[in-house]
Amino acid sequence: MANVKLTIDSIAVEVPEGTTILQAAKSLNINIPTLCYHEDQKVKANCRICVVEVNGQKLLQTACSFPVADGMTVVTNSPRVIRARRNTLELILAHHPLDCLTCQKNNSCELQNIAKELNMSKPVRYEVASRNLPIDSSSPSIVHDPNKCIVCGRCLEVCNEVQTVGVLAKEGRSFDVVVNPPYGKVFADTACVNCGQCMQVCPVGALTIHDDTTDIYMAQEAGKTLAVQVAPSVRTTIAEALGEEPGTVSTGRLVTALKRLGFHYVFDTDFSADLTIMEEGNELLHRLNTGGVLPMITSCCPAWVKFCETFYPQYVKHLSSAKSPQQMFGAVIKTFFAERNQIDPQSLFSVSVMPCTAKKYECKRYEMNDSGYQDVDVALTVQELAWMIRTAGIDFKTLPETPFDSPFGLGSGAGEIFAATGGVMEAALRTVYEVVTGQTLESLDFHAVRGVEGLKEAEVNLAGTIVKVAVVHTLSQARAIMERVAAGTADYHFIEVMACPGGCIGGAGNPIRSWKKVLRRTASVYDVDRKLPVRKSHENKEVRVLYQDYLGAPLSEKSEHLLHTKYINRQDILRL
Amino acid sequence: MKQEIYSHTTSQSALVRVAEISARYRNRPDKLMDVILAVQKVVPSMAEDVAAVIAREMGLMQNEVYSFITFYGLLSVKEKGKYIIRMCNNAPCHVRGARAVMDAISDTLKIGVGETTQDRRFTVELCPCLGICDVSPAIMINDKTYGNLTYDSTQALIKRYIREDV
Repeated sequence: MANVKLTIDSIAVEVPEGTTILQAAKSLNINIPTLCYHEDQKVKANCRICVVEVNGQKLLQTACSFPVADGMTVVTNSPRVIRARRNTLELILAHHPLDCLTCQKNNSCELQNIAKELNMSKPVRYEVASRNLPIDSSSPSIVHDPNKCIVCGRCLEVCNEVQTVGVLAKEGRSFDVVVNPPYGKVFADTACVNCGQCMQVCPVGALTIHDDTTDIYMAQEAGKTLAVQVAPSVRTTIAEALGEEPGTVSTGRLVTALKRLGFHYVFDTDFSADLTIMEEGNELLHRLNTGGVLPMITSCCPAWVKFCETFYPQYVKHLSSAKSPQQMFGAVIKTFFAERNQIDPQSLFSVSVMPCTAKKYECKRYEMNDSGYQDVDVALTVQELAWMIRTAGIDFKTLPETPFDSPFGLGSGAGEIFAATGGVMEAALRTVYEVVTGQTLESLDFHAVRGVEGLKEAEVNLAGTIVKVAVVHTLSQARAIMERVAAGTADYHFIEVMACPGGCIGGAGNPIRSWKKVLRRTASVYDVDRKLPVRKSHENKEVRVLYQDYLGAPLSEKSEHLLHTKYINRQDILRL
Repeated sequence: MKQEIYSHTTSQSALVRVAEISARYRNRPDKLMDVILAVQKVVPSMAEDVAAVIAREMGLMQNEVYSFITFYGLLSVKEKGKYIIRMCNNAPCHVRGARAVMDAISDTLKIGVGETTQDRRFTVELCPCLGICDVSPAIMINDKTYGNLTYDSTQALIKRYIREDV
């Protein structure tokens, strides 16, 4: 492609044809403020904050959508431009509640940042006209405050195109436009799968995490024994949530912080990820050997499970009956662990720290009480944990390192890579291969299932049987593969599905994502895996002990009771 | 507004007609307006079940259909009266006595703007210029327009509709 020469703020620059002014300015380190623009999404050009002066153009043009041309002269900071941006911002603020101090997005709000960047030091000149709509906190994962919506359209793109769930719709016209679930429904009445990707892209406080931190404090005050499990992704994103570089691994500091927050037992979800592999891997072998329903599909992702129950209920038999690591752990903590340590399960408060908002919904599913109590009482997201750490006045950067508590403190590298897309598959292959062939794997890295392509395929030779596997992430890809399963053209044996782009590491409980950050986090995940002494689930000593002392064997009666679940048909929510 | 528009009222036979109309334009999102205009003649409102059938038959997402419907002032997700009286609220009509026309409507039907009579026969709405300022003040009842109205002539007109004498 040909190059184009232009000047931006009297600096000459040469960029490829088709570049936008915004991208060209970025290459010169000129910062043009943006609001609706998101680096991973399509250009929307509806907020008008990024306007610039272009020679030959009478009106100001939006830098995010305007392509460069040869000989173009762009001014990004003239008084006219700044006046226009400020006026636009004032008009947006006149339709936005100014309750920043009590907003969850305080200090991480893009609108707030732009107000700061544009030096908005005077009160808004226009009368503030709030919408006065009710706040919807019916969903266990998402709080929706339509009053704060600036109608940028990012959540619509994520929900309709990336996840193809279609819960949100633009409603009305002109000044009255608002993004809401259709027909005056609340989130709990919709097909929303609680993936929370809408919250990840919302620039303001319109879509926020359902804050469950109060429940923790209340359990503490009630004198309960607090046991917490920490998901594989959390150790790579908690430091980022507290202001460090993306991809900083902080396992030891995280455990210290949780101890200081008053959690009595800090366990590693990597352990129950290994347990999941033992159950799911053996279920796969069982299905392969007995001619069970194939392809078998992973069931670790609660958003995906709900999606399948809602949109493809006739195919839930393809889902592995194994619970997700969170729920397996919840069941084990309130049975095996409680018995061993002579703690009354009633006084045991089981918390999980997850990169995921759908886990909040999963732990409240009615069937998730195989221990006789709600298996996991509260699922916190990484962001909520970060708020708790800040509130407690803990300086995360300087914390010493502590190991996880026994008996569930040891996780293998296989459990660790559950965090990334392709991880569950890779972990399962490591175990299944060795169990079937009886040989030791030479190279543990299955590179074919790593990476961020929407659909990854691989073939593995298991003692003469070729097993075909597929890995998909995002629900649009899951929908595509389910259409193939429905048509009978998906000749795979095992499919891994994760709802969030990039897998759990790109989940909505993490600090605000972009693909760049997710890639750095993913690199850290595989790095941690490489450095761990045990990298295969079936070699995890504590998992073996649990099977010997309590569960018997994978797929035994006790395992079936505690570690497996069943699925329901949710199609009615679509049919009304 | 929340609960009010959450309705399941469309009859099965009407929904079958809706499905027939929408199925003609499967995978033709550009024909959504034509479908909705045709559908509007057979259903009382663009309720949720109607949008669901249109979306399913045309291969669209339900929320797209909903966004489309709410964008247009003459389409409605709420059930409205049999006769929708649309009163022009622009300057020419106002200057030429729209106030009196409005009073005549609300005195006769005992309802205000945005309301529907108890018997579900009349809904009164405001709308932008009808483009017939030469005969202002003007109103529109369903798809007929009436101009040069006064208090008395409006009342007579509404009474004709009450008697179904149209």
